[in-house]
Amino acid sequence: MTQAAPWAKNDVTTVPFWIFTDPEIYRREQELIFQGPFWSYVGLEAEVPNPGDFIRTEIGDKPVIVVRDETGEINVLVNRCAHRGVALCYHDHGNAKELVCPYHQWTYDLRGKLLGVPFRRGYQGQGGMTEDFSPADHGLQKLKVARRGGTIFASFDHAVEDFETYLGPTTLRYFDRVFTGRPLAVLGHSRQRIPSNWKLMVENIKDPYHGSLLHVFLVSFGLYRLDQKSKVEMDDTGRHATLSSTRGEQVANDATQQMRSFKPGFKLADTRLLDGVKEFSGDETVAVQTLFPNLIIQQQTNTLAMRQIVTRGPNAFDLVWTFFGYADDSEEMRRRRLRQANWMGPSGFVSVDDSEVLTISQDGIAAYPDSSALYKMGGSHIRDEQHMVTEGAVRGFYRYYRQVMGL
Amino acid sequence: MAPDKVALRLEVEDFHTDYCAALDEGRYEAWPGFFTEDCLYLIVPRDNFDRGLPLALMRCESRGMLQDRVASLRETLFYLPRTLRHMVSGIRATVQADGSIAAEANYLILQTGHDRKAELFNYGRYIDRFVREDGALRLKERTCVFDSVTVPSSLVVPL
Repeated sequence: MTQAAPWAKNDVTTVPFWIFTDPEIYRREQELIFQGPFWSYVGLEAEVPNPGDFIRTEIGDKPVIVVRDETGEINVLVNRCAHRGVALCYHDHGNAKELVCPYHQWTYDLRGKLLGVPFRRGYQGQGGMTEDFSPADHGLQKLKVARRGGTIFASFDHAVEDFETYLGPTTLRYFDRVFTGRPLAVLGHSRQRIPSNWKLMVENIKDPYHGSLLHVFLVSFGLYRLDQKSKVEMDDTGRHATLSSTRGEQVANDATQQMRSFKPGFKLADTRLLDGVKEFSGDETVAVQTLFPNLIIQQQTNTLAMRQIVTRGPNAFDLVWTFFGYADDSEEMRRRRLRQANWMGPSGFVSVDDSEVLTISQDGIAAYPDSSALYKMGGSHIRDEQHMVTEGAVRGFYRYYRQVMGL
Repeated sequence: MAPDKVALRLEVEDFHTDYCAALDEGRYEAWPGFFTEDCLYLIVPRDNFDRGLPLALMRCESRGMLQDRVASLRETLFYLPRTLRHMVSGIRATVQADGSIAAEANYLILQTGHDRKAELFNYGRYIDRFVREDGALRLKERTCVFDSVTVPSSLVVPL
């Protein structure tokens, strides 16, 4: 590694900038985190409703295929032919009876088992595979799969703990609030490539402190603001976090005085954009979860989305948004969700602030690898809080990250 | 070719030229004026469009919502400086039975970013429905279907 600045043992109040740019750190993250004993999000069951339906996606930067087989089971297979490594699934989605590599037509079933190798026995007594070749040893690498409430997660490491234990009771409670088992309906996808390290996206969503300052839209309309009833809750390890809050009003008070971004006079010409209804259990109107390592679950009023992080080297990641509702939504609710989708995504009234700030975060960080970031808001401890003036969940993430990475 | 068909195409081309100039020059306040009061404006990635998925990156269901997008550019959003340049070609336009005009055109938008990097920012086609108001063409519907499915950073200024 090329880093010059050491990282003091157990320190999570400062984080050296080289972890956001170093190619060796990135390589180790792929191995230890994205291929490690953790559950990565890969899709929704509603994206592969029928036998033979498949989508392709990535875990970290490793291409995988998510496919439903004839028995209704969902398999997650490495998108790499066992012969020469061809990424044999090259459509975003589709339906197939078997998976055929276009190069030499090696053919696999939907569970990844190698069914056929053309000219395996040669032709007219000539050629063919060696005697020791056994198709059973050359299937597509299969990942472990977990499904809950219409979501699909996968792990390269079959020793991973079960999904519910992995989330822990607090994280699972918020997860189940949206994924009740009610069938989901996909509204569509959007994708953006953000020129920043993937961890900056994760910490952005674990940081309630910025929400009241950067996001004029949230602040002005009381969708998420520091003076509102709110919580930051983690699992025991600190790897997952849930930030929740209850919507308030567009009124000035002693807290909004410190928010240069609060615009009491800002009004919309068409207020249908803000039309929300209570939908989920509890008082919270917003609950945003970060699930280690690659998922952000967004429930802000009635807009629901999975934000999947796909790493693209140390200096970029793709954010893949899957907006969804429920299959039995009324037409009115469906339209409301589509309207509220304006808040989020690559053109979101809220989320553009983040993707733009992340871009210049990386600009500053990459230029000064010997400097470090400071996370002392709310103290130096890691614990759940009932307020937003804290970076505690970011500290929790880096404590866990250091354990996994051996840093 | 019939002179009225050529005249229509030229009229639509003039519309595109004025529309793109307003956006490229940063005269965002002029943008809602290119639409009818009850317009529909959508920016849809091509993969969603081809699959019939309704999600749009921007969904404006009235001129008021277009004005709200402009207000966000001026007052609420944080975004980095950028320069955009629209190119429009391949205009097709036909008058419909109800007197409205169905039209399509290809567009290409080049961007120079805050880091002075130049890139092909977004490209695809406009699928339009024009009507005449006070003698001028206005968009009753515009769907921007973009082939360049992954957005570089953020899509802030309307297409």
